[in-house]
Amino acid sequence: MSNTHSVTFRAILRHVLLIAGAALMLAPFIWMISTASKPQTEIFSSELHLIPHRFALWDNLREAFAKANLLRFLLNGVIVTVSIFVLQVMVALPAAYALAKLRFLGRETLFALVLFGILIPPQATAIPVFLLLHKAGLLDSYAALVLPFTISVFGIFLMRQFFKTVPDDLVDAARMDGISEFGIVWRVMLPAAIPAVTAFGIFSVVAHWNDYFWPLIVLNSEQLRTPPLAVAHFRNNEAGTSYGPLMAAAMVIIAPLVIAFLFAQRRFIEGITLTGIK
Amino acid sequence: MSDGSITIDAAIVPAGTARRSLPAHGSRRTYSAYALVAPAAALMLVMLLGPLAGVIALSFTDYQLGAPHFSWIGLANYQDLFADKVFWTALRNTLTYVVVVVPGAVIAGLAIALLIQSGTSLRSLYRTIYFLPVMATLIAMAVVWEFMLHPQFGLVNGLLRGAGLPAFAWLQDRSTALYALCAIGIWQAVGFNMVLFLAGLVSIPKQLYEAAEIDGASSGWARFRLVTWPMLGPVTTFVVVISGIRSFQVFDTVHVLTKGGPSKSTEVLIHTMYTEGFEFFRSGYAAAITVVFLVFVLALTLIKSRLADRGVHYT
Repeated sequence: MSNTHSVTFRAILRHVLLIAGAALMLAPFIWMISTASKPQTEIFSSELHLIPHRFALWDNLREAFAKANLLRFLLNGVIVTVSIFVLQVMVALPAAYALAKLRFLGRETLFALVLFGILIPPQATAIPVFLLLHKAGLLDSYAALVLPFTISVFGIFLMRQFFKTVPDDLVDAARMDGISEFGIVWRVMLPAAIPAVTAFGIFSVVAHWNDYFWPLIVLNSEQLRTPPLAVAHFRNNEAGTSYGPLMAAAMVIIAPLVIAFLFAQRRFIEGITLTGIK
Repeated sequence: MSDGSITIDAAIVPAGTARRSLPAHGSRRTYSAYALVAPAAALMLVMLLGPLAGVIALSFTDYQLGAPHFSWIGLANYQDLFADKVFWTALRNTLTYVVVVVPGAVIAGLAIALLIQSGTSLRSLYRTIYFLPVMATLIAMAVVWEFMLHPQFGLVNGLLRGAGLPAFAWLQDRSTALYALCAIGIWQAVGFNMVLFLAGLVSIPKQLYEAAEIDGASSGWARFRLVTWPMLGPVTTFVVVISGIRSFQVFDTVHVLTKGGPSKSTEVLIHTMYTEGFEFFRSGYAAAITVVFLVFVLALTLIKSRLADRGVHYT
């Protein structure tokens, strides 16, 4: 009897602690939604309340969209992240296939360089890459946002490990059918590697959608701004005056990824913790 | 995954006959191999390895963006750097940030993982909630945090006042600003660490707990000390190093919330590098800061591989 009691007590304690922690984790999200739903007068009141007396979410959203071209910034985010991912796959997949399945002089060296490249943090190469883009006259363009990330050594490593597990017979059979090595990459290896490519895609899109450092460095023009840059500028212009629209803008910027995450959590967690391997 | 295995099964049959034609096509395949790796190798050289060598080389020059010429100045940048009070402040603040965020995010991540794993109900709901901050754009959430920490209208001070406690101007006060950023850093990193720990916990064999119980480890704490903690050794090392490397890179929250202030109390290495390199365009000097940053990050990586070599396994 006392045993069952202690079991229920432990189960309750587990939930109490986890709910307390969850409240802490969710507090910024809840406060963001709450503030985005309040009119100015309620935001600037010293009395704390979560539910707005007058619901002003639509007004704040309308004002946010009027003050900043949020749709354009979201579109920029989509253009940049999708371009980066597509190019990463186009560059990494053939290389990963060659490293996994073909024999050629310099293969070990190349793979060692890939492994070494994984250790280099992105901030380390920022200055020379910036100077390079400056010399090429590419600063302040989509190209400046995309080009430096077209090479993902991590993607090469990940795909190479995956291709290692694909049976050689599959490759040989494709060769028998007269498919070129290039064709094998796209018509045999890619379909076999869809789960790994998806996980890498989520990892890549989340990383670049949320990236602030690089767009901050290479961009000047307002119309090229990516979502994080847009929020930062919105904040610099509006903070202290209109928190309602600012919170509404923040909501809009995080919405696409958060909604996608809630729909496919398992895949997202898998994809993002890929960095774990790094 | 299932699509892949179907193709594999279908393809295995004619495989035996394929071997014969291998030598004839060998050299052509070598050419193909080079063609396949060429784009990746070239981009790696231009965007990664070249720039890495470049940043080291630049740190020995007085190059400034837009200047007509530059010259080798040896270690002068480093001498300037080590004589600069701002650099030491930045280094001290970065280390403080790492020393606060890493234990905070690792211990909290482990505690949450253990709590989630200790029962069966609502597991995936909790996992989703705790992982949410990892997903959400940090810059957007930093702006939200800034408002939560607002001295007058913020949630945090509102709650403190409600409880009869003193309020703070968190981000505007030099004695609290860095710790406020640490709190945001921990909040953001906990979910990531939790997921890694959960994966580690799942892989611990059930029999070990049974064996420990037979040997008299009846309390939860004894089981944790005798089985869970040693078995999580490699995962823990890994999580600590990853958290360390990420904390060293702290920039976003600093740049958008404090710009290193007030009076340099939140100045961190990458922010100094950014200011010197991309606001004052003193590329050579900024490159020297980058090299110092790299040394720390690579040292952490080395510690990881050292510990991995020593073999942190207990089975």
